[in-house]
Amino acid sequence: MSAQRENWSSRSAFIIAAVGSAVGLGNIWRFPYVAYENGGGAFLLPYLIALFTAAIPLLFLDYAVGHKYQGSPPKSYKNMIGSAEGIGWWQTLVSLVIGIYYAAVLAWAGSYMLFSFGQKWGEDTTGFFLNSYLQNSGELSASFVPNLFVSVSLVWAIVLLIMAGGIKKGVELANKICMPLLVVMFGFMVAKAVTLEGAEIGLNAFFEPNWSAMTNPKVWLAAYGHVFFSLSVGFGIMVTYASYLGKNTNLTGSGLVVGLANSSFEILAGIGIFSAIGFMAQATGSDVSEVAKGGVGLAFFVFPKIISTMGKSGDLVGFLFFGSLVVAGISSLVSVLEVTISSFQDKFDWSRKKCVTIIGGGSALVSIAMFSSVNALTFVDVIDHFANNIGIVFGGLLSIIWVTWFNRQLLPEIIDHVNRRSSIKIGTLWTLMLTVVTPVVLIIVLLTTLKSLLTEGYGDYPQYVQLIFGWGILVFFATGSILLTKLKVKNNSNGTSNFNSNDFNTSDKLDNK
Amino acid sequence: MSMSAIIFMIISMLLIWGGLLLASIHLHNNPDLPLSEIEKDVD
Repeated sequence: MSAQRENWSSRSAFIIAAVGSAVGLGNIWRFPYVAYENGGGAFLLPYLIALFTAAIPLLFLDYAVGHKYQGSPPKSYKNMIGSAEGIGWWQTLVSLVIGIYYAAVLAWAGSYMLFSFGQKWGEDTTGFFLNSYLQNSGELSASFVPNLFVSVSLVWAIVLLIMAGGIKKGVELANKICMPLLVVMFGFMVAKAVTLEGAEIGLNAFFEPNWSAMTNPKVWLAAYGHVFFSLSVGFGIMVTYASYLGKNTNLTGSGLVVGLANSSFEILAGIGIFSAIGFMAQATGSDVSEVAKGGVGLAFFVFPKIISTMGKSGDLVGFLFFGSLVVAGISSLVSVLEVTISSFQDKFDWSRKKCVTIIGGGSALVSIAMFSSVNALTFVDVIDHFANNIGIVFGGLLSIIWVTWFNRQLLPEIIDHVNRRSSIKIGTLWTLMLTVVTPVVLIIVLLTTLKSLLTEGYGDYPQYVQLIFGWGILVFFATGSILLTKLKVKNNSNGTSNFNSNDFNTSDKLDNK
Repeated sequence: MSMSAIIFMIISMLLIWGGLLLASIHLHNNPDLPLSEIEKDVD
């Protein structure tokens, strides 16, 4: 029999960790721009509808699966439906790949946190980031960038130390430090930003409703796509985190707090980011649309420029902004690594330390090798696009339809498991959302992305780069999940496979009584 | 800021931050059930 599964020390520890996972770089640099581009204040309507009809129902499903079947995604899915182990491995491998490049982005943010003192980027912020800092090259090359090596290695050292501590002394402790720190740092940043001259111009652009956008289906797809990515659902994190919960935890009550805490942070981010953008627009006499950007462009091109425009007082804003990215990113990186480590631990019955050394250490080596090179930005951009837009969406979609379309007989058991211990009951409406709304929207999002990638490709990258680091990553997810599913491991003391030990949950035995 | 932007800022804050507050109060008022009660329900 495998070792006793670790538990969170309390329900609040789980909620903090789940919020820490959901609140990441995307909340700070993705949501404000997505909202601005898709109707401003009016985006609130599709956003809230998407949150309550797709993201939160899927969050409840993830919680139910992890909690009822007590394991990492491959183990939980296999215990639920014998044929579904591969879905869990797909999600695990997506998490593995995301962790590998996410660490690089954190390393950049960490460096910029230090660069803020004295505003080392100078006048040409784009040139500094691409040429001086990343030494970016359009051609594939093995050229090494020493400063990237140091910062990426440092991120991995911190994160592996957290992972080695296990759930209570590692993941939980890190989140208990990171989350309050994030709220304080980001809160200060927003408080400073809203007092800047011109902040109201940015806030006006962010909140002014454009009702005509509501008739555009792309706006609705953007809302559904965003809430799905934002809440860390569908790629194993919430399944894994829920598996460490006590048997009697109120699942839906906790889930609602996690979902709304994530959205609350997004609104705060929108206020802070667009106040700063409004300041920049006024200072340079530009329109908000010329300044507003999302993603890497916002963080490393636009924000340093905003900070420079503030003069000396910008140092503190820069430190708080990039510090917030680092802190939010660490708790999210820890959560994706937890999925991977827990999956291999369950499958091979390895100790936590062995798993962190082999899987965590291996990921660190690959990450350091790839992202200490002059192609770091290319790798991040291409891998992120394919892993997020196809890897996560496909894995999430499979996990839903495997239950709600092909194994509907499980739904009453799952609903009963959730309702027996939760204050907010789920039933017909939840089933309807997961059977119709969420799968249909995800299929449309997936087909739209595939069509665009097949007809136009991604960015200006050469075909071979997209083939190796884009489509190649998807081949890795598919073959890896098939091979890991086929791999039979018999290393328990009783000689049975870890996933078939049926020791997953006393409550499950109760459920099946 | 325009009136409509101010209204939407307030609505966003009320709905989402207010929703978080209500969800937190709800969770606080609904502590985890004792294990025995969950097991009893099954019997």
